[in-house]
Amino acid sequence: MTLKQLSPKRSRHGGCRHSIASVVILVVAAVLLWPATPAGAISIQRVVSEKGIEAWLVEDHNVPLMTMRFAFRGGSALDPKGKEGLANMTSSLLDEGAGKLDSMAFQQRLEDNSISINFGASLDNFRGTLRTLTETRAMAFDLLRLAMTRPRFDPEPVERIRSQILSGLARAAERPRHIARRTWMRAVFPDHPYRRPADGTPESIARIKAGDMAGFVKDRLGRDKLVIGVVGDISAKQLAPLLDKTFGPLPAKAKSNHVPEATPAVAGDVFVIKRDIPQSVVLFGHGGIKRDDPDYYATYIMNHILGGSTLNSRLGNEVREKRGLAYSVYSYLSTMDHAGLIMGGVATANESVAKSIEIIRKEWGRMRSGKVSKQELSDAKTYLTGSFFTRLNSTRRISRLLLGMQLEHLGIDYISRRNRLIDGVTAADIRRVAQRLLDPAKLTFIVIGTPKGVKPTREPPPKS
Amino acid sequence: MSGFNRLNLLLFAAIAVLIATAPWSAAAAGVFNPETFTLKNGLKVVVISNHRSPVVKHMLWYRIGAADDPPGKSGIAHLLEHLMFKGTKTMAAGAFSKVIARNGGRENAFTGHDTTGYHQTVAVDRLELMMKHEADRMVNLVITDKEVEAERNVVIEERRARTENRPSALLSEQAQAALYLNHPYRIPVIGWKHEIEGLQKQDILDFYRSHYTPANAILIVAGDITAKQLRPLAEKYYGVIPSRKVQRRQRRQEPPQRADRRVTMKSKRVREPRWARDYLAPSRASGATQHSHPLEVLEEILSGGATSRLYRSLVVENKIAISAGAYYDVDSLDLGTFGLYGQPRKGTSIEKFEAAMDAELAKLFKDGVSADEVRRAKKRLKAAAIFARDSLSRGARAIGNALTTGQTIGDVENWPERIGAVTVAQVNAAARAVLHDKRSVTSLLLPKRKGPKSKGPKSKGKAR
Repeated sequence: MTLKQLSPKRSRHGGCRHSIASVVILVVAAVLLWPATPAGAISIQRVVSEKGIEAWLVEDHNVPLMTMRFAFRGGSALDPKGKEGLANMTSSLLDEGAGKLDSMAFQQRLEDNSISINFGASLDNFRGTLRTLTETRAMAFDLLRLAMTRPRFDPEPVERIRSQILSGLARAAERPRHIARRTWMRAVFPDHPYRRPADGTPESIARIKAGDMAGFVKDRLGRDKLVIGVVGDISAKQLAPLLDKTFGPLPAKAKSNHVPEATPAVAGDVFVIKRDIPQSVVLFGHGGIKRDDPDYYATYIMNHILGGSTLNSRLGNEVREKRGLAYSVYSYLSTMDHAGLIMGGVATANESVAKSIEIIRKEWGRMRSGKVSKQELSDAKTYLTGSFFTRLNSTRRISRLLLGMQLEHLGIDYISRRNRLIDGVTAADIRRVAQRLLDPAKLTFIVIGTPKGVKPTREPPPKS
Repeated sequence: MSGFNRLNLLLFAAIAVLIATAPWSAAAAGVFNPETFTLKNGLKVVVISNHRSPVVKHMLWYRIGAADDPPGKSGIAHLLEHLMFKGTKTMAAGAFSKVIARNGGRENAFTGHDTTGYHQTVAVDRLELMMKHEADRMVNLVITDKEVEAERNVVIEERRARTENRPSALLSEQAQAALYLNHPYRIPVIGWKHEIEGLQKQDILDFYRSHYTPANAILIVAGDITAKQLRPLAEKYYGVIPSRKVQRRQRRQEPPQRADRRVTMKSKRVREPRWARDYLAPSRASGATQHSHPLEVLEEILSGGATSRLYRSLVVENKIAISAGAYYDVDSLDLGTFGLYGQPRKGTSIEKFEAAMDAELAKLFKDGVSADEVRRAKKRLKAAAIFARDSLSRGARAIGNALTTGQTIGDVENWPERIGAVTVAQVNAAARAVLHDKRSVTSLLLPKRKGPKSKGPKSKGKAR
């Protein structure tokens, strides 16, 4: 037994002989209805500090530790043209030296006290996580404050991280799934910042200077963009002053910024990027809805029935269970701040790509024109409502929910409402959203591999 | 710290009455503090109470894995794991999965070299249903030739996705086959493709009938339940299964290893070279087991974060690597693996990287580790044991892994203490005893140049 494989930093060059999970269950998010429980739910406290900094808190004193997640609205879609990857590179350097502590001194302080601080950038947000044992809590918040307010960006860590990002880009370019994803974004958002790679390009990463990152910190980490979720062994009274100390020194307002709304450009194309691999990796989809759409819950259930879980969904049943064409096949809703997509993926032998695409198109059409059965609908509801609570079993997971609820403006009472929203969806609602959203003729496919019998309809979009 | 679990109390008012005290009081010396009992038919039961929320993780582990596949029939343990999701004498194929989903549960399964496991996470009031069906499929599995054929194809697609589409995974497979000269760990868990293709229904059923039996299984339930509550259910569903004798697992053991080995793969799909070296090492249960805890401390000293030896030296100070680290696989029934890995920085040849790694090893053998390094590593490992309690499944997984790889619950529960007792001399002795080239395989993953001729100076210094 070893307990130390907690930090997921191990990156050897490939699979070793550990377990093989046979069932890939892909579920995007979930909802609740706690069976046999009154509508009460997780008790979330709204903590507001003296300086007016707000955090949502769930106290849990089971284990002497806590997890705090926070995010600033605005992510890599705001990276300046020519400096794509700025948010991501900055996220990798904030814990590489701050205040009087150089990179190694800062890291040693973290490691010696088992404190972890992580930052990361997505298209829409810049996020951070702090994890600490109770006994090192004060130090943990102090190190986090230093990282956000006095990062050093010394030449050694800047060049080291730059070389790691460049190498990461090269490695990512080896992976079919990454190639598919990049191609997809270029094809679907030809004129929108979402088309640009969040990790940057070799050219843009080479251009980013320490001053750019210092500017990023000053312009973007504003308290008006901040949301915070805390779970663990800490009380509201203990948390409030730490919020002031940690986030108080940040500017009250971030520099104003704007990302336009995006309309996915899909016309039912099939793109093929040739790679000499035995199994093609396929990504597909078209426009969907955003998280704040009134049809969100109906769409969410529809997707679950269509491809939300490998073994029980229609796609899983048709592609995997009945025909053994793939190990994984799924669909999901991708809800970004400025666009919504309904997407899916399958990986199948080159010989089976054409067949798989045919089945997926057919199922897309069947969902659009046909009906969902009573059983399908009720199974989806009981799964989506029931499985929600079973996930909320660690400070990490609960804090992720707290952050998501705030980023998506779901309201502090969201958990107690969510059951009813799911349960209120009818078969007629699903039919309506299926007809509104699903369109087999627009379903666009990206295939990476050497598929047999698949004719590309167009050349893949250019890289720049 | 309050004496009750606030999260639960507020979250699930209706069941708050169950919550008496925090599950881990300061007085408890162990890590997860499980309760255990054994049924008359030999089934061992472990209960890890965690009353944070009214949820349980129900896991059934079998002391059987891919290293027990009959010769020439590799992949059988894993294919059986897939087929366990088909029907039984009373349940249609896939029906158990539907029952789980309808009850808001999540499920999965895994196969390793030493172990196979099935698990569901459900509300505690659905636990009985899980036990009923899991017990059912321990003895009543029904599979058809058609199902076997389709699932074989699924597994072959899984193999393509995990291994054949990835040069790094293909190389790891070759390295593993070279490291173990005789022991079945040399064969991949998922099996060799040509042998998977030949697996037939009867082979699978024979394997199932000889290994899936109470005395060869361990039931682990973690969550909102006690041993007292679980025992009657365990007796009702699992206790009625007739006992059968279990054969002791006897695998072919390694002969003395006398020569260092090298495997090299050049691939057009690889852009960034990678280096790894695996040493045959004692595990907790096999070989010179007295070295196992010191090796865990050594791994942490070499690889535990940015200030660890290898990262600091190769990546930060000498600037010749993108990454460098070590890992130790201690949870093996037979001999385990201690590994080193890394990736040279652009402009550094793989030979230079290897020389730097060898210089670190030479330094380790000559000067040993310092008292300060050992103290810091032990402190971090002990903190990891506290973080491990922040999840419902972690304890169940740790104990399941231990009990299926020749270890005891004491090995898990006393882990922090045993790590705490490791001395500098023991770490140095373990390093010198284990890290011998003649018991190692060095693997190189290299880009393959497209043209037949070199381009000259541009590629100089870059290993190809």
